[in-house]
Amino acid sequence: MARLVFFSSGSGNTARFVSALGMSAARIPVSPKDTMPEPDAPYVLVCPTYADGEGRGAVPKQVIRFLNDPLRRGLLRGVIAGGNRNFGATFALAGRVISQKCSVPLLHRFELAGTGNDVAVVRSGLKAFAPFQTAA
Amino acid sequence: MRAAFPAPSEPRAPAPPRTPIRQKVRAVKDTIEQPRAVPRAINWNRLQDEKDLEVWNRLTVNFWLPEKVPLSNDVQSWATLRPEERELTIRVFTGLTLLDTIQNSLGAPAMLADAQTPHEEAVLTNIAFMEAVHARSYSSIFSTLCLTREVDEAFRWSEDNPHLQEKARLILDEYDAGADPLRRRIASVFLESFLFYSGFYLPMYWSSRGKLTNTADLIRLIIRDEAIHGYYIGYKFQRAAERLSEAERQNLKDFAFNLMFDLYGIETRYTGELYDGIGLTGDVKAFLHYNANKALQNLGYEALFPPAACEVNPAIMAALSPDSENHDFFSGSGSSYVIGKTVATEDEDWDF
Repeated sequence: MARLVFFSSGSGNTARFVSALGMSAARIPVSPKDTMPEPDAPYVLVCPTYADGEGRGAVPKQVIRFLNDPLRRGLLRGVIAGGNRNFGATFALAGRVISQKCSVPLLHRFELAGTGNDVAVVRSGLKAFAPFQTAA
Repeated sequence: MRAAFPAPSEPRAPAPPRTPIRQKVRAVKDTIEQPRAVPRAINWNRLQDEKDLEVWNRLTVNFWLPEKVPLSNDVQSWATLRPEERELTIRVFTGLTLLDTIQNSLGAPAMLADAQTPHEEAVLTNIAFMEAVHARSYSSIFSTLCLTREVDEAFRWSEDNPHLQEKARLILDEYDAGADPLRRRIASVFLESFLFYSGFYLPMYWSSRGKLTNTADLIRLIIRDEAIHGYYIGYKFQRAAERLSEAERQNLKDFAFNLMFDLYGIETRYTGELYDGIGLTGDVKAFLHYNANKALQNLGYEALFPPAACEVNPAIMAALSPDSENHDFFSGSGSSYVIGKTVATEDEDWDF
């Protein structure tokens, strides 16, 4: 089963970041009509941010729909959030919202499609991430 | 250079001779036989691309005007800058004004013809207008802080500065009516997401030293808007490029990287000329590399500059996004979970 679940809109930034990680990953569909992934083991969520200037609407609707299911939510162990520092205080806000709502750690934040450094930090971080060790 | 509007004192041209009635009848007949194409009324409840509404909503919620920012609180701080620092700041802002002017009157309107949906046209007109607001804001800063003489001198400087003029020309070549629509979007993303940053650096630098902090607040509003503009135009570029053949896509990518190299060359010279005197050129260049990579990512391309070349001064990053200091779990030293502080969320969307 995929260790990562991610959402990425048409801009494809988060999809490119996840692909650079080179780990198995399930995608939350852009359209509400398509089927949601159903994780059966602990996973980490990778999610972009869409907040307006006041921080509203940070978490994409499809991600909220995904997390509203208690079984899926129960297996969530951490969140990695995308964003753009140009948005100041709301940079990668989706990560903080999900972290707070679901009581999981905000593991890492990256900009747009991430950098080589982001990929290295997340790869080694996930390898050593305790919830993944016990689940394996 | 475009023709100036006629001065009010100029005599009016004599009235043109009247059109003969037969010619008028002919014109009416032609209109009936070949009716002029009328656009369809825009229906925001029927979207071809959801991104149009998403970006429209972001842009309209983020709307602002310079009058909302208490720039006059910076008057005392402005007086603490040395004369050469004041001159540098005004020059940097006239350079930014030029880019906003181009994007307002030429860039965004030029992309209207290439819009794929009526909603994209509406978003582009919003972008065009906000660029006018940005260009107008710099004049608000000038009228609040500076002497008319200093400002006039800086505008003259911007008209004569070879680097500023050269980068404007490279972009304008792609905005010409006959130019390729996708190359136009590439040029537009580079303007929005790369070319501004040699200028944006300076107010972030002053702000990091506790100077001109209200001006920096205003610039942050501009930076926020430009991020959405670059993202959206880059997104539309990616959608349009998907319909091309592999070879055509490769050609576009080559064009994009070549244009980036050319613009980067100009930007390094422009940066050196502006910032050598204050000793900040190296620092500004790291900021340029970092933003060039982000501009390329907006187009769906990989980064050009290696991470080591993009290590922006942390004080500048903190000025850019004050709340973004790194305390993420993977990077932090502690072992406890880092839970975010209270933030705006929409509880009606979350059932649990």
